[in-house]
Amino acid sequence: MSHGNTPEKRGDFHGGIHPEQNKLQSTMESSAQARMPAKLVLPLHQHIGAAAEPIIKIGERVLKGQKIASADGYVSAPVHAPTSGKIIDIADYPIPHPSGLSARSIVIETDGCDKWIEYKPEQDYTETNPSHLRNIIREAGVVGLGGAGFPSFIKLNPGSQKKIKTLILNGVECEPYITCDDMLMREEPQSIIAGARIMRHALQADACVIAIEDNKPQAYESICKAAEGIDGLRVALMPTRYPQGSEKQLIQVITGKEVPSNGLAVSIGVVCHNVSTAAAIYRAIHLGQPLVSRMVTITGAAVKRPRNLEVLFGTPIEELLEQCDVESEQIERLVMGGPMMGFALHDTSLPVIKTTNCIIAATRKELGLDRPVMPCIRCGACADVCPVKLLPQQLYWHSRAKEFDKAQAYDLFDCIECGCCSYVCPSNIPLVQFYRFAKGAIWTQEQEQKKSDQARERHEFRQMRVEREKLERAAKRAKKKAPRPKKAAPVDGAKMAEKMRDEAMSQRDSAVDARKAEIQAAVARVQARKKGTATKPDQAADAAAAVTPPKGDVDKKDGSSAAKDSNEQVQ
Amino acid sequence: MPFNTPTSPHQLAPTSITRVMVMVMLALVPGIIAYVWFFGWGVVINICIALVTALSCEALILKLRQRPVVPALSDGSAALTAILIALTLPPLSPWWITVIGVAFAIIIAKQLYGGLGFNPFNPAMVGYVMLLISFPREMTSWIPPSALADNSLDFLETTMFILFHVLPDGVTFDALTEATPLDSLKTHLALGNTVDEVRAQLGLDEETSRVLSVIPIFGAIGGKGWEWVGGGFLLGGLWLIYKKIISWHIPVAMLGSLLVISSIFYLIDPEHYATPMFHLFSGAAMLGAFFIATDPVTAAASNRGKIIYGCGIGIFTYVIRTWGGYPDAVAFAVLLLNMCTPLIDHYFKSSVFGHKKG
Repeated sequence: MSHGNTPEKRGDFHGGIHPEQNKLQSTMESSAQARMPAKLVLPLHQHIGAAAEPIIKIGERVLKGQKIASADGYVSAPVHAPTSGKIIDIADYPIPHPSGLSARSIVIETDGCDKWIEYKPEQDYTETNPSHLRNIIREAGVVGLGGAGFPSFIKLNPGSQKKIKTLILNGVECEPYITCDDMLMREEPQSIIAGARIMRHALQADACVIAIEDNKPQAYESICKAAEGIDGLRVALMPTRYPQGSEKQLIQVITGKEVPSNGLAVSIGVVCHNVSTAAAIYRAIHLGQPLVSRMVTITGAAVKRPRNLEVLFGTPIEELLEQCDVESEQIERLVMGGPMMGFALHDTSLPVIKTTNCIIAATRKELGLDRPVMPCIRCGACADVCPVKLLPQQLYWHSRAKEFDKAQAYDLFDCIECGCCSYVCPSNIPLVQFYRFAKGAIWTQEQEQKKSDQARERHEFRQMRVEREKLERAAKRAKKKAPRPKKAAPVDGAKMAEKMRDEAMSQRDSAVDARKAEIQAAVARVQARKKGTATKPDQAADAAAAVTPPKGDVDKKDGSSAAKDSNEQVQ
Repeated sequence: MPFNTPTSPHQLAPTSITRVMVMVMLALVPGIIAYVWFFGWGVVINICIALVTALSCEALILKLRQRPVVPALSDGSAALTAILIALTLPPLSPWWITVIGVAFAIIIAKQLYGGLGFNPFNPAMVGYVMLLISFPREMTSWIPPSALADNSLDFLETTMFILFHVLPDGVTFDALTEATPLDSLKTHLALGNTVDEVRAQLGLDEETSRVLSVIPIFGAIGGKGWEWVGGGFLLGGLWLIYKKIISWHIPVAMLGSLLVISSIFYLIDPEHYATPMFHLFSGAAMLGAFFIATDPVTAAASNRGKIIYGCGIGIFTYVIRTWGGYPDAVAFAVLLLNMCTPLIDHYFKSSVFGHKKG
């Protein structure tokens, strides 16, 4: 039952599922502008990496697009004022995060003028150095809008050693309910294509593929029309299957290649960006506008008028729900993101951030009754659908039994948490939850290991210091009563004391210099020992520093965190 | 207003263990109909006795283990075990045979190991094998297909016999029963006859057989009646594969290996080895391939593992049928391979995404 476009497909990923789509509801009408709220709450951490650092003061007036917090470190992104108004607070506010915790945010009281700051479009990007383009994109605060929020400029840096063969624009949007990319592709195909061309230039990529699933025929048509006549750009229509929009799975389908475990797509010459990121990059370069708003799908059975809204960051979710005629008392669960990988929010007052692609206000009826968790019957349905070809069953047993080393031996950390296994499980076992638990426990263990290592080193260092002081005292005494200092020296330091006494005795003649030399010798010895044992904490510090590499457009990004990020990018 | 915040996924497929079990039971229906058609009402009564026993035993043990009773009973697994055991018993077995077998399966083979999902051996087969070893006479006294029998019992008479061991006047138990085709073939081959001779003796048309006063229990390909029952299970099994309740790997591997090994011996010496089709359509081959070997709890997990597992069952079935001490061997073969499951699972894993081999 392939859809005519089979030659577009070079490979296939294992497993996958076909959940109820629920996309039609929110595409019945075209997108609209969200109403301007009275207050915007902008968390400083809306992306992956370090939180931004505020550069304004409370009481200051800001214009739309004005930078209000700058990136702190390489993997970070600045935050801009989404509209004109006054800064009324910089403090901890609840953020949309699975933890339900608060984090530092800037609060803007909007003035209703929506007055833009003066901005300067780039005249001709083809004349611009790719590095300069990346800096503009970085300064515009563009991050991956598919859901992960990884700073885009980093993923537009091919590095020195690799040639980028394929740039993939991800318009797959495989999660049910979400239609914001679909809407954007229907309504703004030109921005996406223009963004794609900029990205291709920045990466110097050979070819560009825009991937769209066949449940979005209108988006496909509109993108095809906009892409007509552009060399090296093709639009691939793919049979709908979740999680096709996951980066590594999409790359496998488009190129037929597997991204190595723990590796990055760039290592096989592929870079993957979301279509809405492309549109944001177009705005940053062609119009000079920073990222201040995004398309958000407001849907779920509790919403009477589900649709897509162009939302300023910091807008409280309740305002959006209200605009879409929500029946508040019907809401059983509020989900940010898709139903497969999104997370449930505590309440409706939380703000929309850069990674918010969808808000689902789900009713009890929609979610279904809570089904009892039954024992695993080893049916293997989970393994059949796992897109990473893991053995979810074994991972489950070991995670449950807290045998984390065994879970890791079954490649726990290759799990992308797509939720396919939990979805098909006839026993309703919350499998993904077990894997998250195991991963968290392993990370904690590693951290504790690190901590105890450091504590041990501190302790050893202290012991060494105490010993050194003893020796110094012994040496002093040895000098005072030269003939028999042995008794004074403690047993464990006896050898050293003897040595020092010998030194002291040999230097007795030059009484004045002796003291100085002795102290110097002791200090030198201590320093030598200090160097020997203290390398480890130093290395740890280096490692910590490596997580936030120096500012600027450097070639290498932090591999491990980037790998994690790309894993999260299921759209 | 704070909402509940369970973790993703927030959408689940409309599936449950109960649904899986009910689908499997539905798939048994064509086979059961053929069974009733050829062997009378005994099997239905056996199923009823087995169901009552299984559910009571399961409830009793769950109570003793202080586990919730209703969810475990409603998952349908105990009921399925009961039906499967009933299908393996001779249609006229006395009620206590069924009760002992099912109770053993549920209490010993399933609940004492920890209940659903934790039993290393297929409970139905454990129950069957226990009965076969303990009560060989009762377990091998089959009735011939009703169309061929001199006397066949109606529903009431069958019930009376199973429950109270009371037969209608003038009918003796020995007159009612007959060894299964697999059994008689085995016995006759052991006596030095060739397959053709046995078939000639026991596969005659009704006229001659009446004259010779032997019952023609051999059909066109398998045992008479048996081939239809097997066909019914095959049909149900194919439907289960189509519905993705079971995967094709185990049935294909088991029947395939049985076909291959029996063909090899048949080609070498057709005098002393039964035809491949006879093996496929006699005894518990079809039931075993689609409904017993595929029990996920006790079978290998990965697809390659399932193929190994299925092949093992097929080969052991043939070996035990041909050279072993028991006429049918599916149950023993399944239990033997159940033992190998952890080993198979250990050695046959899929290669994880991004981990290139070699």
